[in-house]
Formats: sequence, structure tokens, C-alpha cells
Amino acid sequence: MSDLKEAEHQNTSESSDQGEFLEENAPGESENPMLIASDSYENLNYEILDGTSTAQRQTPNTESNETSTGEESNNEEQTETANDVAKKKQEIVPVEEDHDDVNSEHWRSQSKHIFILSEAGKPIYSRHGSEDKLVTIMGVMQALVSFVGDAKDSLRCMIAGDHKFVFLVRDHLLLVGVSSGMDSTHQILLQLTYVYNQVISVLTQSTLCKIFKQRRNYDLRRMLSGAEKFFDNLINLMDSEPGLLLGAVRCLPLDGSVREIIAQSIVQHAKIKDLVFGLIITNNQLIALVRIKKYYLHPMDLHLIMNLVNASESFKTAESWTPLCLPKFDSSGFLQAHISYLDDSCNTCLLLLTVDRESFFTLSDCKSKIKERLLKYNALRAISDSLQKTAYGIQQCGINDLRHFLYKSKSTAQYTSPELEAPYVTQKEKDRLFGLYKYLHHRIHTSGRPLKILFHVGPYETLLGWVTQGFELYAVFGPLVTKTSAIHAVNKLLRWIKREEDRLFILNSVTF
Amino acid sequence: MSIGEQNMKSLEAKVVVLGSQGVGKTSVVIRYVGGMFSKAVSPTIGASFFTYKLNLDSYRVKLQVWDTAGQERFRSMAPMYYRKANAAMLLYDITCTDSFYDVKDWVKELKKNVDTPIVMCLLGNKSDLDSGRKVPIEDAEEYAKSIGALFYEVSALKNTGIEDAFLHVAKELIKLYETNPEAGFHVPEQNTSSDIFGSNEPMKLQETNEPVQKQKECGC
Repeated sequence: MSDLKEAEHQNTSESSDQGEFLEENAPGESENPMLIASDSYENLNYEILDGTSTAQRQTPNTESNETSTGEESNNEEQTETANDVAKKKQEIVPVEEDHDDVNSEHWRSQSKHIFILSEAGKPIYSRHGSEDKLVTIMGVMQALVSFVGDAKDSLRCMIAGDHKFVFLVRDHLLLVGVSSGMDSTHQILLQLTYVYNQVISVLTQSTLCKIFKQRRNYDLRRMLSGAEKFFDNLINLMDSEPGLLLGAVRCLPLDGSVREIIAQSIVQHAKIKDLVFGLIITNNQLIALVRIKKYYLHPMDLHLIMNLVNASESFKTAESWTPLCLPKFDSSGFLQAHISYLDDSCNTCLLLLTVDRESFFTLSDCKSKIKERLLKYNALRAISDSLQKTAYGIQQCGINDLRHFLYKSKSTAQYTSPELEAPYVTQKEKDRLFGLYKYLHHRIHTSGRPLKILFHVGPYETLLGWVTQGFELYAVFGPLVTKTSAIHAVNKLLRWIKREEDRLFILNSVTF
Repeated sequence: MSIGEQNMKSLEAKVVVLGSQGVGKTSVVIRYVGGMFSKAVSPTIGASFFTYKLNLDSYRVKLQVWDTAGQERFRSMAPMYYRKANAAMLLYDITCTDSFYDVKDWVKELKKNVDTPIVMCLLGNKSDLDSGRKVPIEDAEEYAKSIGALFYEVSALKNTGIEDAFLHVAKELIKLYETNPEAGFHVPEQNTSSDIFGSNEPMKLQETNEPVQKQKECGC
């Protein structure tokens, strides 16, 4: 496993093969995007102020022999302290009462934990187990963070055995991610940022700050009751949906003409004062988005919207009218959302986001008219057809030995990828594939040593990652593919995506 | 449609359903509007909107029912939903004393914030769970009387009392309308100030919106 052959091309030498595709002409590129283009980790700039990670040499498949390999450049002292405490913690644990979740084998064996606690150490959320029974361990986390904080430093990460512990402190909240999987510390930090944004989406940042300013030891679970499923769903989504890792959204494949009809239906019937965004989504995929000219939607906010719709059955019973905060759009206030399904089978969901709290009935009328027009032009049928047949298989691309890929168009913040096929059909294999993508993504985006191209030969597959101004491409081949043939294949793939770009991407941003 | 309906008067009324988390607001509404009961009702987000039409005496009554979320975080949003309501269904769970006390808070809040006449109806849900009863029927009756509210014990599961309660409310609405047609029924133009929202100011769109700047910075 540890015996890996790697070739890394840095910006210096690009062979003529690779130059073949003009970068200005990246598939799925648009001069008129509707989403805010986001680089991977862009969202983390806030948290990571200085150049943190030194180039990390270890490969994912090596047995972890590192106890204090500086994943972050934080001084070793810190990590050692952390490890000491972790050890002590393990010694203490058995003494504690039996019904603590920490002692359950099931709880310990989970590959990823996410915790939210207040600055004062009060448990707010735990992905696994009941946070009530995790008071002690959350106390330890809080102690670790404040211990390091006392030294005017901040605890970002510690590594103990094959577990990574990542800490994020934001607005009186302490978020902790613990993973024994393939996630890099940056990737865990990104996930914690998503979870934090989910809190904001429910409460707004102003409310959150106000609550804790008034009462430092407030039990935030009161305010978040009923929202736990949003966290659960979001964290599960991050384990399976590459869009959150890439900072990009997947679109439902549709003919350009159908998409145009759908967008125009929204424009025609929902051109209402103070309506900021009108969008139609299905099953974590975007169908259409119409916006006010001045405003763009951030993919992170769109993921939270999708999560809201996915995680709640409530919208299926009737039209809903609910406050919703989009942290990237404006973390201090609520937009008002009119949410309804357009079809009886509750697959296609329309969201109209406004700043006008009095416009429910106006928007309800808009919804009826939009639905009518979509029915008239058979657009709802086209949507359900596209949903029913799988998006596309890898063999449609007609490239030998290419097993799977993720392609992100940077300018539009959208990505496309084929259905998962054999051998990636069992959950274990799916997870392993996603782990490979995480590894590839991590290596390419390592802040100390970002790469343009990475060719990686693993025991079961060969990986090729390629990042340019216009796109990010992560491709998975069979194990015996040579570098030259992989590069040829990728160029062929880019041409295929270019041909299909109208169907796979939303290239035109429609405004009211 | 019979010919007689031509002469009927129309009345549109806004009904808000309030109460703590888990007392069965959505179940009661769905039972009434949809005639169904589902064991797995998902917690309401914000508020769901239903309409129900019925003919009563010489009126075609259209009830606009706002089924609100009971969770704490939506508490501050409630004024948006009960504003201009003509009737309030106040739900508690007969097996949960706290939910009954919460109703009293709702009543205080309504009295403070709603200045138009409003029909109130106290509903003790889950009457099928009589063995686990914590709120005596007499207490609830007495309280309803003291605030001038109608009172029913209902069960969404067994479908008892719900139809009667809504019908009674509709009758009261008609009575209210006949004695006081100006009592805020069916106002097509809604342009009142939003000052009663208190601390939760509606968001204002700003000229300088961050995303636009970022878009420029990106330049790709």
C-alpha cells in the first residue's frame, strides 16, 4: 500500500498534449455567471490567516506513523500538549460512569464526529450519541482550546494516532471535527465552517451574538431545537456530495431550450419588487436560478438551501413561509422564503426569496402561474424524465479506462460528474472513491505547495488531477493507465464536456 | 353549485394556529383540511399555509389557516403570522401541563399585540390519551371562559371534536363580521407598518452588497 509512484508536474512543464485545450475556452465557462465563483478553501481565508500548512509529505495509504507530523505549522509544543491531554483523557475515561457515550464501542468506532459547544463548554450538538452524555468530553475540548488560548495562541488541530482533531472558534461557538478518514485538516475545517453557517442560517449571526452577550452560559439547544436534523443531514451530505468539497453546485441535465423556458417562467411571473432570488431545485441539483441583477448567490448558501429542503418533510404538506438566513449573502438578517413543490410527487421544489415579509399571497400567486406555464410547456415532464433516467454513465463519454471524474467549471461554480458505476457501487467502495477525491483535492490545494497537475498511481486506480484558471478536473482511471494515455483521455474528456456543456451547466444567468 | 349560492356572501378569514412544539398543530390542521392522520408528521418550518372552504348559513367562508412552527426559534417570528388574524386556535396537549401554561403566554401576547377583535378557541389535543391526562378538563374550561374563548377537547388521531371546533369558530367569525364588518376581514391591500416585529427587523437590501464586489475581484 505504501509503495506509491507519483509524478507531479508543477507549473513549469506542460506538454503539448495539455496545451491543446485553450484555457479561455474551458467547458462550462460563462462570462455571465449567476453564482459567485469560489475557490476551494476560499471560505477559510478568515480562519487561516498565515501560511499554515507546510507541504505534507505523507501519502494517504501509508500506515499513520505520525503522531505529531505538523499538518499545521503550529508549534510542536502545542501538539504535544494536546497529545498529552488526549492520553490523559484516555486514562480517565474508564473511571467515568458507564452510561457515557464515550465508552460505547459503537460511538468510538464512528469515522467522523462533529461537535458544537458554547464558549462556556455547554454541549449544543453532537453528530453521534447524545450530547447530554458527552458533557465530560466536551469539557475536555473546551479546556484544550482555552488552555492554548490563554497563551495567546489558538488551537487549530491535533493528531493522535489516525485521528485528526480540528477546532474552529467562531462567535462564542466552538466547533470540533474528529475524523479517522481521508479528510485533510483543511477539509474538516471547511466542513466545520459549513456547520457553523448552518447555525447562522437558522438563527442569524446577530441573534447568536446577542444571545451569548446577554447570557454567556445560555443553553443554545433551546433555540436550535428541531434544527438537529439540518446538521445531521448536512454532515451526511458532506460525506457523499462532492459539491460541498468543490464549492460548486450540480445542475440537473436538461436541454438548453427547456432550461430557458423554466427560467423565463420565473422571470415572467415572479418579477416582483423585493424578490431577490427565485430558484427551482431537485434532489440536490439546481434546475434554474433567477436573481436580481445586483445580487449573486454563493454556492455555500445554495447548499444550505438544498439542505433545508432535503432535510424537511414539512414543505411537502403545504406551501410554507419561513425566515431563512443566507450567511454569505447577509449573515445579519433573514430573507423570507416561500417554499412549495411544483409536482405531486414532491421532487421539484420552488423557492422564492424576498425581503418583503408581507408578500406571501403575491408569491403564492406567482407560484401558481409558474406551475401553470411549466405544465403548459411540458417542462415539469422534462424535469421528471431527467430525474428518472440516470444523468449519464461514464461510457457515454467514450473514453477507455476512465472510471469516473469530477469536473468543476470555476467561473460558474458548477460541477458535473457521471453516475457511480461498478466497482463503486457498494457503500464501502463509494466511500473509498470519495476518499481518493479528497486526497487528490487536498494534494492539489495544499496551501504551501499548490499543484497544477498531479498524477498518482495507486494500488487499485490511477488518479489525475488538473487545475487551471478555468476549471478543476479530478479523474479516476484503471490502475494500469500510463501518464500519456491519461492526459490524452482527459483532453478527450474535456472536448466531450464542451460538447455537452449546454445540457450539463447553466451558462446564462437570468435576471429579473 | 346551486343557484342559491349566487346570493351567498363571501367571507375570507385568517386563522392562526398557535401552541408549543409537539402538541399536534399540524396534525389537527391536516386532519381538518385533508381528512388524514399521519403518525410521522415532520416539525413545521416557519409556517405552512392551508385554505379551507365551507358554506355556512348564507356565507361562503374561506379560512386561510396558518399552521405555525412551535419551536422556540420561531417564537420571535410569530407576530408575522398572527398579525391581522381573525381567529386563533390555541393548542395544548392534555398530557402535558407545560403546553397548557404556554397557551396562557400566547393569549397574553395576542392581547398585547392584536388590536382588532379576534375569535379565540382553546383546543386540548390528544384527548384519546385520557389515561395520561395532566390537564383537567375543568381547568381548561374555566380558563377558556375567563378569556372569552371557545373550548374543545379534540383528537387528531381519532378525529373527534376538530370539525366541531372549526365550525364553531366559523360561526363566531360570521357573527363577528355581521356585528363589525370592519373588523379586519379580507383586506386586499396590506400596507401597514412593520413596527410590531420588534427586534426582528426585516432585512433591507443594501446598495453595497458584498457578493458583487467579490464577483469583480474574481474577474474570471
